[in-house]
Amino acid sequence: MNTALSWIKAYVPDLDITAQEYTDAMTLTGTKVEGFERLDKNLEKIVVGQIMSIEKHPDADKLIVCQVNIGTEMIQIVTGAPNVKVGDKVPVVLDGGRVAGGHDGGPLPENGILIKKGKLRGIESAGMMCSIEELGSDRSMYPDAPESGIYLLPEDTEIGADAVAVLGMRDTVFEYEITSNRVDCYSVIGIAREAAATFGKEFKPPVVTETGNGEDIRDYLKVTVEDTKLCKRYCARMVKNIRLAPSPQWMQRRLAASGIRPINNIVDITNYIMEEYGQPMHAFDYDLLAGHEIIVKCAKDGDTFQTLDGQVRELDHTVLMINDGEKEVGIAGIMGGENSKITDDVKSMVFECATFDGTNIRLSAKKIGLRTDASGKYEKGLDPNTAFEAVNRACQLVEELGAGEVVGGMIDVYPVKAVESRVRFEPERINALLGTELSADTMLGYLKKIGLSYDEAAGEIVAPTWRQDIHCMADVAEEVARFYGYDKIGTTLPTGEATTGKLSYKLRVEEKARETAEFCGFSQAMTYSFESPKVFDRLLLPADDVLRKTVEISNPLGEDFSIMRTLPLNGMLMSLATNYNRRNKDVRLYELANVYLPKSLPLTELPDERMQFVLGMYGEGDFYTMKGVLEEFFETVGMKKRPHYEPEAKKAFLHPGRQALVSYDGAEIGYLGEVHPDVLDTYKIGTKAYVAVLDMPALIPLTTFDRKYTGIARYPAVTRDLSMVVPKNILVGQIEDMIAQRGGKLLEECTLFDIYEGAQIMAGYKSVAYSITLRAKDHTLEEKEVAAVMNKILNGLKGMGIELRG
Amino acid sequence: MREQLEKIKAEALARIEASDALEKLNDIRVAYLGKKGELTSVLKSMKNVAPEERPKVGQMVNEAREQIEAKLEETRQSLARRAREEQMKREVIDVTLPAKKSHKGHSHPNAIALDEVERIFIGMGYEVVEGPEVEYDEYNFEKLNIPKGHPARDEQDTFYINDSILLRSQTSPVQARTMETRKPPIRIIAPGRVFRSDEVDATHSPSFHQIEGLVIDKNITFADLKGTLAEFAKELFGEETRVKFRPHHFPFTEPSAEVDVSCFKCGGKGCRFCKGSGWIEILGCGMVHPHVLEMCGIDPNEYTGFAFGVGLERIALLKYEIDDMRLLYENDIRFLKQF
Repeated sequence: MNTALSWIKAYVPDLDITAQEYTDAMTLTGTKVEGFERLDKNLEKIVVGQIMSIEKHPDADKLIVCQVNIGTEMIQIVTGAPNVKVGDKVPVVLDGGRVAGGHDGGPLPENGILIKKGKLRGIESAGMMCSIEELGSDRSMYPDAPESGIYLLPEDTEIGADAVAVLGMRDTVFEYEITSNRVDCYSVIGIAREAAATFGKEFKPPVVTETGNGEDIRDYLKVTVEDTKLCKRYCARMVKNIRLAPSPQWMQRRLAASGIRPINNIVDITNYIMEEYGQPMHAFDYDLLAGHEIIVKCAKDGDTFQTLDGQVRELDHTVLMINDGEKEVGIAGIMGGENSKITDDVKSMVFECATFDGTNIRLSAKKIGLRTDASGKYEKGLDPNTAFEAVNRACQLVEELGAGEVVGGMIDVYPVKAVESRVRFEPERINALLGTELSADTMLGYLKKIGLSYDEAAGEIVAPTWRQDIHCMADVAEEVARFYGYDKIGTTLPTGEATTGKLSYKLRVEEKARETAEFCGFSQAMTYSFESPKVFDRLLLPADDVLRKTVEISNPLGEDFSIMRTLPLNGMLMSLATNYNRRNKDVRLYELANVYLPKSLPLTELPDERMQFVLGMYGEGDFYTMKGVLEEFFETVGMKKRPHYEPEAKKAFLHPGRQALVSYDGAEIGYLGEVHPDVLDTYKIGTKAYVAVLDMPALIPLTTFDRKYTGIARYPAVTRDLSMVVPKNILVGQIEDMIAQRGGKLLEECTLFDIYEGAQIMAGYKSVAYSITLRAKDHTLEEKEVAAVMNKILNGLKGMGIELRG
Repeated sequence: MREQLEKIKAEALARIEASDALEKLNDIRVAYLGKKGELTSVLKSMKNVAPEERPKVGQMVNEAREQIEAKLEETRQSLARRAREEQMKREVIDVTLPAKKSHKGHSHPNAIALDEVERIFIGMGYEVVEGPEVEYDEYNFEKLNIPKGHPARDEQDTFYINDSILLRSQTSPVQARTMETRKPPIRIIAPGRVFRSDEVDATHSPSFHQIEGLVIDKNITFADLKGTLAEFAKELFGEETRVKFRPHHFPFTEPSAEVDVSCFKCGGKGCRFCKGSGWIEILGCGMVHPHVLEMCGIDPNEYTGFAFGVGLERIALLKYEIDDMRLLYENDIRFLKQF
C-alpha cells in the first residue's frame, strides 16, 4: 500500500517528522514502512513564471524566444515547445536548478538533469520551461498535461511561487507492508490512526456530514439480499443530475501518489473512498438497472458474464453476483458489468458500498482468474461498520465537488450486526507474558490511543469492530508491547528446569556418515526432493518396478518437479554430470536426503520417508574404493562384523557384472556398483562412475556408539601364507567365509595379498593368496595347534575344489 | 716398562686424534684395548715384573687405559656430531614445494551453517528433532491457527499432494507434533527441508531449509525470547551484533516479531549486503499463540512458550557471501571446495 504523507497529515495535523524518522518509528510499532520516495526528488529552483511575450527565433524555425516574468525579474527563455502562448503560467527551472527527467519521459536519471543558462542558436536562454515528464511524472497522473509541450498551470497561480509545491510534489510517498491481520491498516485512516498513536499526536479523522436532498432513495430503488452469509451488509445511496468533470487537483494528487490514475470526479470519488477507508465501492448507472432493483445472490452453474473490461467470465454457483430485476450486473466485490457501467452519458447512479465475505471473494477471484483492487481489499475480510460511513463520505464528496445531486436516505441491508469483541483485562498475565512490569494504567493508556477502550465495570477491553484481530489476552499484550516498545522489553534467558541439548540418535549416525564421507574425499551435495517421472526410464527401471509408484504433487512447477523421488540417484547423477560437463576432474560427492515411498496409492497416509546416504564418484578410484568408503563408515558407527556382498543386486541402472547388495548381520542395508554404461550415456557422463546407496533406517538399528576394550594380545601370533588355485567362479568372499568358519576362535585375521589370472594359471582358474594370522588369547600357540587349524581350513577349501599351489 | 707404556699411550692418543671416521676408532680400540691389544699384552707380561712393582705397574696400565678410553669417547662424540651435521646438510629440502594433502571432502555451506546453529542451541539445552517433509495439512496449517480459507495460506504457495496431504511449507508443523508428544519443559530446534511453489532464480528455490525453534515451560516470557535470540545472533554473527525486534504477524504466535541483526559485514554503517540500511532481516518469531497451545494439548493457563523460524539458506548466503541461490543445488565441486 502506497500513501502520500500529506494525506496522513490531513488526519494527524501535528505530525512533524522527517521521512526517515517516520519510517523507523512506524516500523517499530508494527506498520512496516518498506521504503519512501520523495516526489520532489531532483526538482530544484523551479518557480512559476508567466510568459509576457513571444518572438520568433531569428535563426531557427522551430524555436521561439519568450520573455518570462518569474516574480523577481524578467528572464529570457528559448523553447521549442509548440503549446505556449502569451499569458500562460508555466513551471520554470532557473539557471543552476535541476529537473527529474528528459522531455521524452524515459527512465529517470539517478541524479536528475542540471539546467544551466546558455545560448540556443546564438540567443541567450536563462532557464527552461518544464513539461510534466521533465518534472518526473506523466500524463496518466496529470491528465490535464498536454500530449507534448509545457505543463500549463492554472490561471490563478501566483507568479514566482514554488512550482513544485503548486504541482503537489512537495510530498513523500511511503510504501507499507501491512500484515494480513491488520485489515484496518489497508486504509489511509487506519495508518493515520497508527501514526497518531506512534507519535503521540491527535488523530482527526474526516468528519462525515449529513448529505442528500429531501427525497428518499426507497422511492427510486429496491435492494434484496438473498445470501446474507456472503453479503453481510449492503449500503446503497443515489446521486442524480450527475455532472462528470475532472476531480480537483488535491484529490488527483492524493490518488496519483497512491498509484491510481485520476479519471473523473465520480470514479475518483469511489477510488478515493477505497484508499481512505479501505472500503471498495461500485457505481451503477441507475437507468440501466432493470426494474430499478438490486438483488444479491449467487450465480448459476454455467452462467457467463461480461465484466466492464469487456472480458466474458465463466461463473458457477459459488460466485456471488449483483443482479438487477432481470439480469446479472456485477460480480460482487470483484468487478462490475459491461451492461451497467457508468458512461459519459450517465444521469443518475447508485453507489454500492457493501461487505462481502472475504474467503468467498478470494476463492471467486481465483476461480474467475480476476484479482482487482476491490477483491484484494475484500478478501482480507472487511468490517461491516465501515461501509455505512464510507458511503456517506462518498456522498459528502459528491456534494463538495459538485458532481451531482445526492438523493436523501440510504438503503442499508444489515441483518446481523457485527459486535465489538471483548477481552478480559489481565495486566498481571500481560506482564507475565511480556516479561515487563507495566502498570494497568500505562497499559490502558497505550490501548486507548488505538481505539481500544476499557469497560471498567466488566473488567474488559473493548475492541471496535474494525479490530477483528483482537480475541484474547495475547492479542491485547501485543498491542501493549507495540506501544511500550519491543526494544524496551528486557532480554533474559529462560529459567526453570534444565534440559539436555543433544542430537537424536539418527542425527548422530548421519553426522558420522558425513564425517566418514568427507574423510574419504567426498563433498556434500544437496539436490531437489522432487523430480520428473521420466527419471525412471533414464535409470532403466522395469515398467512394473515398485519404485515407479510415487507421491505426486497435484500443483507442481512443471513435470520436471512433479513427483517425490523414490530413488536418490537422479540428483547424484545430475550433479556428477554437471561436474563432468564443466571438466572437473576426480569428483566425489555424497548426499543425505530422503526418498518418499507411498504406503498406498492414492495417498491416504504419509509416505515412508527414508533417509538415504548416497555416494557418487568418477575419476580416481574404482568399485573397491567405493566399497572401502562403506566399510570405513560401518566401522565408524560400530558395525565391526564382516558385511556381506551379494553380486547381481538386480539394479538395472548398474553394470550387471559390477554391482553388489550390501547386507550386515543378515539385514539388507544398501547397494553399490558401477553405473550402467547406458545410464552414463543418458546422463552424458563420459567416464566410468560409481555409486553407493545406504538405506539409513535399515542400517541405524545395527549401529552402536558403545565401545568395549577387549585387551591387547599378549601372546605371539603365528602367520601362515596360503597360495591357492581356485576355480574362477568362486568368489573370494566365499573363500573368506570358509576360512572364517574353519579358523574358529584362533583366527585373528585373514588378508588377501595376491590375486592373479593369466599365463601361469590354467584356464578357468585363478591364483589367490591369503595371509592367515592365528593367535590364542591365553597362551603361546604350539605348532600342532596351528597345524590342526590350518588343516581344517585346507580341507574346507579342498571341498570347494580349491588346491594349494605347489 | 714405564717407557713402553708411555709410548703405547702416546701412540694410541695420536692415532685417535688423527681419526676421521667412527669405524677407525673401533679399530684403534681393538688394537690397544682388545683382547690381543697392546695394552692387554702389557698386562699379560706382568709376570715379568717384580711382585712389589706390580701394583704400581697395574695402576699405570689402568691410567693409560682410562686415558685412551676417555679420548676414544670424546673423539667418538665429536665425530658423531660432525657426521650428523653433515647428514642434515645433505638433507636440506625446499619447504616451498607443494604440500601432500589427503583430499578431504567438504561440507555443503547449508550444512556448515546448520552445524553452527545446532551447536549454539545444543549448548543452550535444546534437542535437535525432525518431522516429516510430506505432511498433513492439519499440522502444516490447521494446528498452527491457519484454518482452511485463512489468507495466510495464500502467502505461502504450497505444493499439495491432495486435500489433506502437502509438502510442508514451513518447519512449524514440527512445533505442533512436538507439543502433542512431549511434556514441558520443551526446548527443541527442528531443521529441515521445506517447499514452496517459487520458480528457481537467484533468490528463490522451490525447496529450501528452515530451522524451527520451540520453548515451552512455565513462566516463559517475551523477554526470554529476546534474550535467547540475542545470544544466538551474537554467537552466530559476532559479539558486536545488535538485534532489533519489529512487530509482525504470524497466525501461530502472539505477540509476533521479525528480527533484524545489525549488518555483520559493515557493522551497521550500511553496505550492499544490508542494502544500505545497516540491518539484515534474519528470522520471524513470537510467543506461541494460546490457541495453538490448546489445540496441541498444552494448558495455556499453566504454560507459555516461544517459537522462531530461521531460513537456513538466508544465513548461508549472507554469511558466506554467496550471490546466487542456484549454486547451492548445482553441486559444482569448485563451489563446494570453497567451504
